[in-house]
Amino acid sequence: MSSATGATERRIVGWQPATVREVIRETPSATTLILDVPGWRGHRAGQHADIRLTAEDGYQAQRSYSIASAPEDGYPSITVERLDDGEVSPYLVDDAQPGDALEIRGPVGGWFVWETSDGGPLMLVAGGSGVVPLRSILRHRALAGSDAPARLLLSARAPESVIYRDELAGADTTITYTRSAPDGWTGYARRVDRDMLAAVGFAPAERPRIYICGPTAFVEGVAADAVALGHHTDRIRTERFGATGG
Amino acid sequence: MDENDARLDGNAAAGLLAEVFAFDATTAMVRCSSCGHADPLGAATVYSHAPGVVVRCRGCSGVLMRFAEIRDRVMVDMRGAAWVELQATG
Amino acid sequence: MPITRGFRRRAESPGDAALPPGQYLTPGFPVLSAGPTPHVPLDAWRLTVGPQSWTWDEFLELPSESITVDIHCVTSWSKLATNWEGVSVDTLLEGLEPGAYVMAGSYGGYTTNLPLEDLTDGKAWVAYNYEGEPLEPEHGGPARLLVPHLYFWKSAKWVTELEITETDEPGFWETLGYHNYGDPWREQRYWGD
Repeated sequence: MSSATGATERRIVGWQPATVREVIRETPSATTLILDVPGWRGHRAGQHADIRLTAEDGYQAQRSYSIASAPEDGYPSITVERLDDGEVSPYLVDDAQPGDALEIRGPVGGWFVWETSDGGPLMLVAGGSGVVPLRSILRHRALAGSDAPARLLLSARAPESVIYRDELAGADTTITYTRSAPDGWTGYARRVDRDMLAAVGFAPAERPRIYICGPTAFVEGVAADAVALGHHTDRIRTERFGATGG
Repeated sequence: MDENDARLDGNAAAGLLAEVFAFDATTAMVRCSSCGHADPLGAATVYSHAPGVVVRCRGCSGVLMRFAEIRDRVMVDMRGAAWVELQATG
Repeated sequence: MPITRGFRRRAESPGDAALPPGQYLTPGFPVLSAGPTPHVPLDAWRLTVGPQSWTWDEFLELPSESITVDIHCVTSWSKLATNWEGVSVDTLLEGLEPGAYVMAGSYGGYTTNLPLEDLTDGKAWVAYNYEGEPLEPEHGGPARLLVPHLYFWKSAKWVTELEITETDEPGFWETLGYHNYGDPWREQRYWGD
């Protein structure tokens, strides 16, 4: 009985030093940090890593972030969204500078990954910052020259909260706004539901590989809708983001 | 934080599991001792906002595994897993 | 290990308040759970202490107290001067044979163990109101054990039973490396502390 895509990596994974190489402000509340990690051995699209910060008094905090870069980029980057009363995210989004020292543990996660050899069609559904690992998947698909059909359905609160908007724009990307839409918007302006999934996604007969990422309630709702539409649970992979304290 | 935020999946425990098992555990299949349901660990329900990490069966909510980081050690209790299946690297 | 420039813990200044070693004030009220939040209909809720059992209505008829206490979580956050309303465990133990230990059991299966004497003489309550409002499910409502002088994992959420025993049996976290007693002032977080 096979359980995974690709071989399980038997490698000791521990904390390694990482330095912020570049800071890219994506939206008013989200920042991408490109990291230098000596000895980084690459990752697969969809994986994530744990990041640890150490204060001068020795206090440590760690959080988990999806890797935003594609394997072909050769470096790990993370995109962090600020949680207002968070402890770590405000620092990473607003304060981190090139040269800052962090620690990284990873990459981890072999289940929520996609490689071109997995084929398509690929149906990606993102809630808010759940778009980060899906962007890694799409970036990998593009850089590897895959022709697997792919569609992205992205749920965002408002236009200014759409991360990677220009990079992801295109005929195969559908955005739905749940709080405020741009002026003159004629697209979806409601939470993802079964009708929207049916209209935007691939039909069950096409057996798409479905990746759903975002807050727990979003992921569980979309997964249930996908199953109700006839998609098989074995084709659905999920990653839930929690409010991990920010 | 509402109760949905407290409930994550095995992907959230991947970093800790990777230190414990020295391989990627999220693709490992785990069978629940209580109800027999089997899932990849990445799909299991994880509660990580606690003094430790609790991995629960998607079928019956029974505890599959528990982990606690105690100083420089990790305590692991896998009694809730009837078996764990891994892919050999060959 | 590398120090991250400019990063610090998010905490209020404790001012003159004395906190147990290794603790920091938190502005919120973190939710830490080992499992799904149980949703027990009040007409099905029961509290069992030794041989006695109360329904929700019977429980609310018991004499209750308003108390203000400091609470300390083993994950390092503390909250000072939190306000609760609940029934003293002394009231629940009235008329019962004394025992040595208690295993507190919760809806959902959580357990934690304490010496009986740490639940008596005004040291513990079964609390159902927090800051003047009914205790929310994610914080242990409808009722939780409240034992402020020990780390907060001993204050079992969704408590349904206090089993009185002669022998001490470690509970959910106590079997996984957490200290059997848990005094925050002696920083008894883990086995061997």
